[in-house]
Amino acid sequence: MRWIKTTNHKDLGTLYLWFSFAMFFVGGLMSLVIRAELFQPGLQFIDPEFYNQMITLHALVMIFGGVMPAFVGLANWMVPMMIGCSDLALPRVNNWGFWILPFAFAMLLSTLFLPGGGPAGGWTLYPPLVLQGGASFPLTIFAIHMLGISSITGAINIVVTIMNMRAPGMTLLKMPLFVWTWLITAYLLIAVMPVLAGAVTMLLTDKYFGTSFFNAAGGGDPVMFEHIFWFFGHPEVYIMILPAFGIISTIIPTFARKQLFGYSSMVYATASIAFLSFIVWAHHMFTVGIPLAGELFFMFSTMLIAVPTGVKVFNWLATMWRGSMTFETPMLFAIGFVFLFTIGGFSGIMLALAPVDFQYHNSYFVVAHFHYVLVPGAIFSIIGGIYYWIPKWTGVMYNETLGKWHFWLSAIFINITFFPQHFVGLAGMPRRIPDYAVQFTDFNQISTIGAFLYFIAQFLMVYNFLRCALFRKGMAPAKAVVWEGAHGLEWTVPSPAPYHTFEDPPHVGDDETAHAH
Amino acid sequence: MSAARTNVWKLLAVVAAMFCFGFALVPMYNALCQLTNLNGKDTGMLVSANIKEKADLNRWVKVEFVTTVNGGRTWQFEPEQPSIEVHPGKLYTVNFRAKNQMDQSVVGQAVPSVAPWNAAKHLHKTECFCFNQQPFAALEEKHMPVRFMLDPELPADVETITLSYTLFDVTALARGSANTSSKQPQADVPPEEKNG
Repeated sequence: MRWIKTTNHKDLGTLYLWFSFAMFFVGGLMSLVIRAELFQPGLQFIDPEFYNQMITLHALVMIFGGVMPAFVGLANWMVPMMIGCSDLALPRVNNWGFWILPFAFAMLLSTLFLPGGGPAGGWTLYPPLVLQGGASFPLTIFAIHMLGISSITGAINIVVTIMNMRAPGMTLLKMPLFVWTWLITAYLLIAVMPVLAGAVTMLLTDKYFGTSFFNAAGGGDPVMFEHIFWFFGHPEVYIMILPAFGIISTIIPTFARKQLFGYSSMVYATASIAFLSFIVWAHHMFTVGIPLAGELFFMFSTMLIAVPTGVKVFNWLATMWRGSMTFETPMLFAIGFVFLFTIGGFSGIMLALAPVDFQYHNSYFVVAHFHYVLVPGAIFSIIGGIYYWIPKWTGVMYNETLGKWHFWLSAIFINITFFPQHFVGLAGMPRRIPDYAVQFTDFNQISTIGAFLYFIAQFLMVYNFLRCALFRKGMAPAKAVVWEGAHGLEWTVPSPAPYHTFEDPPHVGDDETAHAH
Repeated sequence: MSAARTNVWKLLAVVAAMFCFGFALVPMYNALCQLTNLNGKDTGMLVSANIKEKADLNRWVKVEFVTTVNGGRTWQFEPEQPSIEVHPGKLYTVNFRAKNQMDQSVVGQAVPSVAPWNAAKHLHKTECFCFNQQPFAALEEKHMPVRFMLDPELPADVETITLSYTLFDVTALARGSANTSSKQPQADVPPEEKNG
């Protein structure tokens, strides 16, 4: 009952993290089904219809059930502790926002057991294909509505907490970068989740109430859905990466034992990326037949994003430059992030070029690109962040040796999984197919082997985290300041963090920089 | 705490506004298409029957016809000739043939599209089966005319124009509501109605 009724930000953060943990494994199992089928050309294990359901649900589960709740969980735990307030501004809304999620996913995943199976039109839900789905269609739409409500309430909560409840003396430009990136992410969520809700509502009325928003026969246009969807979809991409930037900007200074290089430029770069995310959506649609002027505008605005992102990458490098670096597990994940996320960024620049995108569009190159920014990008940052803060949460140190093994195995296998997908993509293998031409077999087999090994390697993390969270008897206790180079208000409370922290707000002096690392 | 409350309401207002904005994108998008003549969506395609002919006899433009039946085999649908050579500024009539292959009555709606995009606003039609929904009795075959003229202002680099029709089964849509006419695509409003 405590967990159902709790309004404590730490409890809810824990719940969010457990939930996303579970969803990562559900989504991961789906990806293994996909990879198993792709081990060889031809159809071996599953029929194409089920394959389509797997790719659709894998994406929806990973995005809305894995990455987003994980970041919300981290925000729940850390934002109040970083800005020195006792809880989020709206604790009961926080509870409600979390408890919608299990129901939404129960509904979404239950579609697998309906006649006709789950949604199979891809997570982008393009009409008219998605409208041909069976009973799964309305349930998917309602699940997305519920996920949207959960995200929006979470985002409002975080914005209000950050804007109104900072400790005295903590000005905006003294906030830790994780708080800054989450503030901007929350604004993005508030701006675009309602647009997605509108888009899927239009799908629903098109199917059941005779409207013709996207129905060409009635004067609508299916391409219009793509515009509306990607107007949500591109900011959504940054919703999944900006908090990651915040985590990396926290971890690297700690283990380089230096202040973050270029704090304010980091803040402005984050804001620029958020702004640009609203004017680049059509780069997902270069091949639908937009005029030359449109192609050029979206191409150049997309390439512009490389500038603030480059600022960030170089700031991280400059932070490490001549630092007294040590390589504990969180730092390994952070460096892995910088390296591998940048590879994903580069393939993103290639995709931004309208003329060459005509070749890459809908190929495995796209799959390789977004998995590079999402797995060693977003997910590595989440894992690194958990390694970094779990001693503070649980009061015990995780096993460092296992942590390092976990990093190295993950970093190697993730490249084995996704790097070959660049090659098959460039060679012409389309995405979203259960069968492929025989010349792609070798690289697909490498990819499948990598995926299975990556999945198995994650059990090191499961063991490590479960011991800290549940079976921590006899483990080494963590100090209050867990890491030698760590700064910030969260380290001023004992480990494990008491159930209630900062009932009396701390005071941040003029000369102290709360973000100071 | 009241500052926080105000902030919550402000953010909820943003949420509501963005929800509406999602819907507002629909007319905005259509307006943009008309402004830029993209997508073959163009009111320039509709003209009244008393258009003035002014043939440019020195210029030949090839107009090709493409027909598609959306999803399934409801109709056999084809132009009577695959293409036609025309002078800009002169009216031509071509016929399309559609045969209902179902043994039940259906209603069809043809949706036109013109390529290249910069030719769309220079293709004028005085008569088109796409202006209205077309009811078909079981197994009925229809010959449906299109009367069109190319504007002499057609950009000089355009030598071939493709006029495509996709025939949709709108039986459910036509039956579904009494005021179907208001739901018809803009390009399908007959010119007579437009001119009063």
